[in-house]
Amino acid sequence: MRRVAIVGAGITKFYRNVQETPKELAFEATKMALDSCEMKLSDIECVVHGTAPDAFDGIHMKGEYLSDGSGAYRKPYMRHYVGGGTGVLSPIHGWFHVASGMFDTCLVVAEEKMSSAYPHPAGAFLTIFDHTTEQPLYPTLIWIFAIEMNRFMSTHGYKKEDIALVAVKNKGNALDHPSAQLGAKITVKDVLDSEIMAWPVNRLDISPTSDGAACIVLAAEHVARRVTEKPIWIDGVGWALDTAYWCTRDLYYPDYVEVASRQAYKMAGIKEPSKEIHIAEPYDPFTYKELHHIEGLGLCKRGGSVQMLLDGVTQRTGNLPCCPSGGALGVGNPIAATGLMKIIEIFLQLKGEAGKRQVPGRPTCGLAQAWGDLMQVGSVVVMRS
Amino acid sequence: MVKNKKNALNNPHAGHGVLVNADYVLSSEVISYPLTQMDISPHSDGAVVVVLAEEETAKALTDKPIWIRGIGWCSDTPGLETRNWGEAIYAQMAAEMAYKMAGIRYPRKEIDFAEINDEFSYKELQHLEAMRICKKGEAGPLTEIGGTEITGEFPVNTSGGCLGVGNLYELNGGHKVLEVVRQLRGEAGKNQLNNVTTGLAQSWRGVPTTTGTVVILSN
Repeated sequence: MRRVAIVGAGITKFYRNVQETPKELAFEATKMALDSCEMKLSDIECVVHGTAPDAFDGIHMKGEYLSDGSGAYRKPYMRHYVGGGTGVLSPIHGWFHVASGMFDTCLVVAEEKMSSAYPHPAGAFLTIFDHTTEQPLYPTLIWIFAIEMNRFMSTHGYKKEDIALVAVKNKGNALDHPSAQLGAKITVKDVLDSEIMAWPVNRLDISPTSDGAACIVLAAEHVARRVTEKPIWIDGVGWALDTAYWCTRDLYYPDYVEVASRQAYKMAGIKEPSKEIHIAEPYDPFTYKELHHIEGLGLCKRGGSVQMLLDGVTQRTGNLPCCPSGGALGVGNPIAATGLMKIIEIFLQLKGEAGKRQVPGRPTCGLAQAWGDLMQVGSVVVMRS
Repeated sequence: MVKNKKNALNNPHAGHGVLVNADYVLSSEVISYPLTQMDISPHSDGAVVVVLAEEETAKALTDKPIWIRGIGWCSDTPGLETRNWGEAIYAQMAAEMAYKMAGIRYPRKEIDFAEINDEFSYKELQHLEAMRICKKGEAGPLTEIGGTEITGEFPVNTSGGCLGVGNLYELNGGHKVLEVVRQLRGEAGKNQLNNVTTGLAQSWRGVPTTTGTVVILSN
């Protein structure tokens, strides 16, 4: 298989109720990505698109609708969808296209416009569960995550005020991100005093409803070397499914992330992830999920993530910065675009072009991870400069 | 329509096989002129699984591996207002991509049979012409003289197609690949073609899209 590099990236501003149509959002991100590496649409051989439920944008088969906005007119084009895991599966999908030798260049576009779903996009999730065993219980996502967070806390003896530090860190980091929707300087007390949605989940433990799009340009080695002096290589990819019957597994540990990350580490030749990974963007739609995923990624031992957080290891200035972008909690969470935003953050950090968000120490190896579908999909990409 | 519904009678997976003539199709209810009820493939449920393997593994697993020689896919504009409705450019571009990969220059000669998307009866003809299997304007006359029958010069939709098997939506391409594999393995039962070595499966994403895919398989 051939080496594949990310050579360009673009990302729209994330916020709620954007005026742009979904197609315009995709166009904006795509154009920014192409402009960032001085390429034209005619240089692009194929396009892959990641976007989550059709119900969000309110257009059935929205992958088709978004195709020309994503630059796919009369090109080979594929859309895929694994819920929240989509944004990190998108570059994996694009990676196949280039690594296989079929194409030399590929655009990877991710778009989500959640605010079209009234009164709230959470309604789109009411029909995703098993119609016999689960739907009669009327589960909502926050309700399920409250169960998972509770299990995670009680297994390891974590305290809510410690977990709240993730929101403080990520919303603070997001202040430096030009796309951010919810960058803010907040305190642990603000998180604990915010409305309880379903105990132990408070409002500030949750990422917002967002609209936005992101795009990266992938290229085979011979093209990448010509296009840029600093290609960022996709060195490891992994993805895995756990069972969709979330009632039947122990929620305290994300096996789906462990299996996906082991696959990616093996491919990238990583033996000790906590030492070899310099910077990470774990998926953080809820505060505890960042910690949950850090443990699943093997970046610390099980039950060790809160100590890492308290010690400042995951701060931008720490030994292993996590979500230096501001993550889903701070930058916003337009589902599929969030994962690609995380990929783009690692891309910029490894290039040393993350501006005010740049972490010290010249990182050379980073990872991005996302999670989704019926809470059972994990996707991981390891990148090196 | 008449041909595909007839072929479906011999396909155990097909739910809509029937023996009718062209007059019957023309006299069936007009849904939206010129489409009659019989020109439209009926909805169906189903599932198809194919197992892919790399060469060495494939040879260890089976005596009759079917090789993927070419693949192609393409999306034309999603805009209803701006597309060229008279041609299937998506099928043309997908086919050319697959032909190039498979090293095929003269598809009519180098391919023995095809499973073509026929969600609506006219689509089979439109796709045959877009993929250079027929010249423009030739698909109709070829069908009229029986050239695409099982006994014809270039058999098309021996499975019964979408019209005979049913419209499986995302799976339409899946059942077409299945039929090509069965033919190439000599497992197509009463509809088995003699001495076939290369087959083509083509699908389209259906209304309102202009996305098409092509796979070329050989035994």
